[in-house]
Amino acid sequence: MSIKIIKAGISDAFFDEGRFGHQQSGINPTGAMDTVSIKIANALVNNFYNEAVLEMHFPAATILFEKPALVALSGANFSATVNDKILPINTPILIHQQTVLHFKNPVEGARVYLSIRGGFALQPWLNSYSTNSLIKVGGFNGRALQKDDIVSFNQQYDYPVNNTSKPFKILPLSASTVGLYKQGALRIIAGPHFKNLTTDSQQQLVLQSFTITNDNNRMGYRLKSSPLQLSKTQNIISSAVTYGCVQLLPNGQLLILMADHQTTGGYPIVAKVIAADLVSLAQKKSSDSISFQIVTPAAAEEAYMLQHRHLLQIQNACKLQLNDRINFLCRS
Amino acid sequence: MATGFTINPLGDDALIIEFGDEINVETNQRVIALQQYLKINIIEGIIDIIPAYTTLTIVYNISVIKKLSRDQIAFKWLQKTLISILQKQLIIQKNESRKLSIPVCYHPSLAPDIEWLADQHQLTTDEVISLHSSTIYQVYMLGFLPGFPYMATVNQKLATPRKSTPRKIVAAGSVGIAGNQTGIYPFASPGGWQLIGKTPISIFDINEQQPALFQPGDVVNFYPITLEEFNHLQEE
Repeated sequence: MSIKIIKAGISDAFFDEGRFGHQQSGINPTGAMDTVSIKIANALVNNFYNEAVLEMHFPAATILFEKPALVALSGANFSATVNDKILPINTPILIHQQTVLHFKNPVEGARVYLSIRGGFALQPWLNSYSTNSLIKVGGFNGRALQKDDIVSFNQQYDYPVNNTSKPFKILPLSASTVGLYKQGALRIIAGPHFKNLTTDSQQQLVLQSFTITNDNNRMGYRLKSSPLQLSKTQNIISSAVTYGCVQLLPNGQLLILMADHQTTGGYPIVAKVIAADLVSLAQKKSSDSISFQIVTPAAAEEAYMLQHRHLLQIQNACKLQLNDRINFLCRS
Repeated sequence: MATGFTINPLGDDALIIEFGDEINVETNQRVIALQQYLKINIIEGIIDIIPAYTTLTIVYNISVIKKLSRDQIAFKWLQKTLISILQKQLIIQKNESRKLSIPVCYHPSLAPDIEWLADQHQLTTDEVISLHSSTIYQVYMLGFLPGFPYMATVNQKLATPRKSTPRKIVAAGSVGIAGNQTGIYPFASPGGWQLIGKTPISIFDINEQQPALFQPGDVVNFYPITLEEFNHLQEE
C-alpha cells in the first residue's frame, strides 16, 4: 500500500520530532515545525507518537490513494478535500480506494500534517526519520516529494469498503486543539543579549508588532519592524542556538530561528520563544503580525508541562477509543 | 575568569555554560572537558551537548528533567547539578587530543582566492602555503554546516576577513580562511571564507556512525600535495 503524488506541493517532506544528539557535529535537528500536530495526527491513527508524518505547505500536494487507508490531518486548515468533498482535520478518516486528496485554500495556518496508520516507509538516519535537506538524508530520499513519487506504508491493513458512493468515512473521534496553541502575543524569555539592547529597544520588543516578511522558511523567519538597537556594539563569539532563538541582525531587524536552524550562530540573541509557543509560531505565515510578551522561566516551563499533559490526555483517549472504532469499522 | 564559569538559560529548553569571554585554547579545553564528562556520565533528559569556542550549550527535554527536579524549575535543578560537577573540576580532564593530518592542494585552479590573499599580505603564494601548512591548529567547534570545523589560530600574516560578498557556491572540500580561523567546507554551499586550497578527502560521510571527520579538541595540520596527487586521491 502506498500513496502516489499526482502533483507536487511547494514543499512536502517527512518529519518526526527531530534528530538530536549530534549537534556537536554541526548536524541540525530538522524536526517538524509544529510538533503538537505530529503528535495529534499520530494519536488519531493509533501510531507511536513520534512516527514520521508528511508536513505540507500551501500549495500542498495532490495525493492519490489507490487502496483504502486510515489517515489523519492536523495543523493548518487548507480546505482538505477527497474527491472534492470537504474533509475535517483532527479526526481519523478512512479514505476509500481510488480517491484523490487535494487542498483547495489556505484558510488558516502555515503547515498541515498527514499521518497514516502504521506510518510511512522511510529512510532513517541516526535514529530519526526527519528529512535533512542540507545533507539530503532521512524521510523520502532526503528530499521534498515530487510528481509521480510513490511512498509506501509500513503496514498493510485491510479495510472492507462497501459503500463507495462516499469517498471517505469519518470515525466518530476527534481531538480538540483548543488550549494547545497560543492566541495573541507569543511568550518569550529574555535572551543572553537582551541586556545589551537599549532600554527603548527592550520596551519596543514587547510593545510593538512585528510582521513576518516573505523571507520565511523552515530555517528562519525574517521579521520587519522599526529597528532595534544595542546600547554598544558587541563582539559575539559563535555559540549554539536553538529553535525559537530571536537574533538581532546588523540592520536592526529580527530573525527567528526555526526547525532547520544551523547549530551555531554569531548574532546577538535577544529573546527565545518558549517551547510551548513554537508550534503557534510555526503556524504563522508571510504578512502575519506577531507580538511578544516576556515570561519567567517558571511560567514557560508551566506552559510546556500543561501542553505536554494535554497531549498525553489526547493520546490516552485515542488509545482507549480507537481500537474499538477501528474494529467496528472493519466489521461494517 | 580563568577558573570561573557562569550558567544561564538559553530560553526554557536549553542553558549555556560560559567558561570565558576570549577565544583561547585553555578556555576551549574546559568546554570540551565538560562535554566529554557529560557524554559518559549521562544525565537523563539532556538531548544535545554543543561545544563552541567558550561555551557549552545543553539542550534538554523539559518534561524529563522535571521528573528529576520536582518542585524546582528544570533550569535551576540542572544548573545546581552542573555546578556541583564543575566544582569537582580536578576530576574533569580532557581526553588526549586526536591528531589529524589533512592533505591540501593549494593550486590556484582549486584555490580561487590564494593569489589575491598573497597579494593582500605582500607574500608569494609559496609563502602563504608554507605559513598555512606549518601551523598546528586546534578544532574549537563544529557548526554552520554539518561537519564544518572551526580551527584556529591562523598565522597573523595570513589572517584575512571574510569576503564582503559571499560566493553562491563553494565547492565541497574547499579550505578557507576567515579572520584568524581556518576551516573546510564539507559540502558545496554558499560561503564567504577566503578559499586557499582544496582537500580530496571527504570530511563528512553519512554512512559512518560518526559522520563528521572532525571533533572539537582535535589537533590538525595541513600538508601540501600536488594537483596530480589531488586528482589521484580524489578518485579513490
